[in-house]
Amino acid sequence: MKIADLAELAAGNLRNSKLRNVLTAGGIGVGIASLVAMLSLGVGLQDLAGERISRSGLFDTIRVSQWRDIEQMEREGGMRPPDGETPPVLDAAARRKMLEIPYVLEAEPEIRFTGEISQDERSQITSIGGLPLSARNDEAFDTLEGEFFSGATAAEAIIRLEFTREWLIEDPSSMIGQTIVLRYPERRPLALDPLDAAFADEEFGEEEEELSYGFTVVRRELPLKVIGLVENEVYAGMRSVSRARIYLPLELVEDLNIIGQNDLRGAVSQNGDGKIYDTLMTRVANPSRVSEVQDQIRAMGYRTFSILNASESLQKFFVILDLILGIFGSMALAVASMGIVNTLVMAVLERRREIGIMKALGASDGDIKKLFFAEAGTLGLLGGLMGVGMGVGMSWVINFATAYYLNQRQMDPEAVSAVPGWLMGAGIGFAILVSLAAGIYPASRAAKLDPVQAIRYE
Amino acid sequence: MSSEVIRAVDGVDLEVAKGEFAALLGPSGSGKSTLLHMLAGMDHPTGGSLRVEGQTLNELGPDGLARYRRDTVGMVFQAFNLIPSLRVFENVELPLRLAEQDRDERRTRVEAALKRVGLAKRVRHRPGELSGGEQQRVALARSLVNEPKLLLADEPTGNLDSRTGEEIMRMIEEFNREMGMTVVLVTHERAVAERFAKRMIFMADGKILDGPAAEGGAG
Repeated sequence: MKIADLAELAAGNLRNSKLRNVLTAGGIGVGIASLVAMLSLGVGLQDLAGERISRSGLFDTIRVSQWRDIEQMEREGGMRPPDGETPPVLDAAARRKMLEIPYVLEAEPEIRFTGEISQDERSQITSIGGLPLSARNDEAFDTLEGEFFSGATAAEAIIRLEFTREWLIEDPSSMIGQTIVLRYPERRPLALDPLDAAFADEEFGEEEEELSYGFTVVRRELPLKVIGLVENEVYAGMRSVSRARIYLPLELVEDLNIIGQNDLRGAVSQNGDGKIYDTLMTRVANPSRVSEVQDQIRAMGYRTFSILNASESLQKFFVILDLILGIFGSMALAVASMGIVNTLVMAVLERRREIGIMKALGASDGDIKKLFFAEAGTLGLLGGLMGVGMGVGMSWVINFATAYYLNQRQMDPEAVSAVPGWLMGAGIGFAILVSLAAGIYPASRAAKLDPVQAIRYE
Repeated sequence: MSSEVIRAVDGVDLEVAKGEFAALLGPSGSGKSTLLHMLAGMDHPTGGSLRVEGQTLNELGPDGLARYRRDTVGMVFQAFNLIPSLRVFENVELPLRLAEQDRDERRTRVEAALKRVGLAKRVRHRPGELSGGEQQRVALARSLVNEPKLLLADEPTGNLDSRTGEEIMRMIEEFNREMGMTVVLVTHERAVAERFAKRMIFMADGKILDGPAAEGGAG
C-alpha cells in the first residue's frame, strides 16, 4: 500500500474509537510532557549557570603575571623560556605576542590603584580600577543607573553605590552629571642628566642611549564626569579590580601612566623604562580553548591561572543532572508506552475480522504491519504534540512559581526552565519512536492472523 | 487445536475450465469451504498441488499468495465481510488501494463497479445503513473491481431471503457470462446450484463424489 493510503486508513481507524485513542495519545503526552519538563529544568539551570559563568569572566579568562624569579618558577613548575636565566617581563611586547595567539580576544592589564577623589570640600582616598569596554556585558551593569563609558579614553567615572554611602550622599542619582577630581600618582621617566650622560659616554662608550635613570612619581589631577552608578562588584567580585569603588575606562587609566607595584622592580632592572604590567587578563573566545591558550602562554615563560577544572566538573554535574531528570521523565513515558501496547493489542482483537477481510482481499502481512505501525506512529505524533504543549506549559509554570518564590524573598526572577527548539523536536521524535516500538508486538500479532479463522462466520 | 489430524479435504482431483461456472455442493463439514479457501490462497494443502491461471499456489510464499488473492481472485462471502467503518466507496476501493492504483483510476473503476451492481447512488453510506442484499451487492462490486479471473463465492445467498438471493445469483451469472469470469460457488442449496451453475461437483467427507449419479439432473 502507498503511504498516503496507509495514513488515510490509519487516521480513519483512529477516528473510529476517538475517546480511547485520544486517551492513549494523552498518556504518551503526559509521559513526553514530564520528560520535556524535567529536561527543560536541566537545560534552564544549565543555561542560567552557563550565562552566569560566561558573564562572570571566570571560565574564559587566563590571569597572566610574571614569575618573581627563577626559583619561584621552578618551585611552581613554570616553563623556563628557551633563552634566559631570568623570567621574562610582562611588557607591551609580551602583550602583543599574546594577542597573536589564536582565540585570544583581549589581553588587558588589570589596573587598580589608590587615588584621591574630591569634590568641593570633600575628599577621600579610595580604590580606583580600570575597566575595558568589554566589561559592559558584565552582570553588574545589568542594574547600571546612568550610562556606561562613552569611549575607551573618555574622562568618565562610574561610581559604586558603596562609595556614595561612604560620602553620606542621600540621593546617589544626583551624582550623575557632576564632576569629581581624581588625584593620582604618575610614573614619570627621568630625563638623562647631562653630566651623567657624559660620564656614561666615558664608561660605556656607545651604549649610553640605553641607560636610563628610571622614573619619579608625580602627583597629578584629572577632572572626571560621573556618568553612572552601580551596586555590585564587576566580574562577580572575582578579580582584584572588582573591589574598586570608582571605575574608569581602562585605556584612560593606562594613558595616565600610574605607578604600579612592578614599576619598582622595573626601576632597578636592565629593562629600560618601558611599562611593565602587573597582570594581564587574557580573554579567550571559547572556554574550551582556555587550556591550549594557557599552555602557549606558559611556554612564553609566564605564570598563568584559570578556573578550567571547575568548568569541567560543572559540565559533568549537568550531564548527571540531565540523566537523573531524564530517568524520571522516562518512567512516565514507559507507563505511557504500555498504554499504547494495550490500546493496539485491543485494536487487534477488536479488528480481527477486519484484518482477516483485508488479508482475504490481498493485503500482505507487511501491509497489515505497516497499517498498525502507521496507527501507532500517528498516536505517537499526537501524543508528542500534546506532550510538548504540556511540557512548555509545565516549564512556564515552573518559571512562574520560581519567579513568585524569588519575588517573595526580594530576589530577581530567574528563568530556571527553558524549552529550546531541539527539545521540542526531540520530544515529538521520541514520542513517535516509543510508539513505533510499542507497536511492534501488536503489529506482528495482527500480521500473523489467519484470515480463514478471522473471517469465519460467527 | 487438537493434535489429531483431520483431513478436511482428502485426495481431491479437480479441474475447473476457464470461464466455467462450477458449484461445489455438499453437507456442512464435507470440505467444500476448505477447498474454496485453498483455491483462494488462504489455506495451504498439506500435499498435492494447486494450479490457477498458470500459478502453482503451493509454491507461492505468503507475499506471493497475497498478490494472487489481490490480482487473480475475487471473493464473496455469506457474511458479506464489508469493513463497517469504511463507506461503501472505500470498501469497494480497498482492493485497488492494496494494488497501489492511482486515485483517479480507482475512482473510475469503483464507480463503474458500483454502477454495475446498481448501487451508484449509495457510495457515501456505511455498510450498517444498507440492507443485506445491498451489502452483498457492495461485496460483489468489491470482488470485481480488480477484474479478477476467478470469482469464489462462499454461500453468497445464505444470509439473504430467496428473492434477494436470486438477484445476487443473477449478477454472479452475469459476471460469468459477460466478463468471462470463472466462478466457483460453494452452496448447500441444491436448487440454487441447479439453476445457475453449469457444472455441479458433490463433496462428502473431504472427497469428491464422482459419476453421473452424483451429478444428478444437472443442466
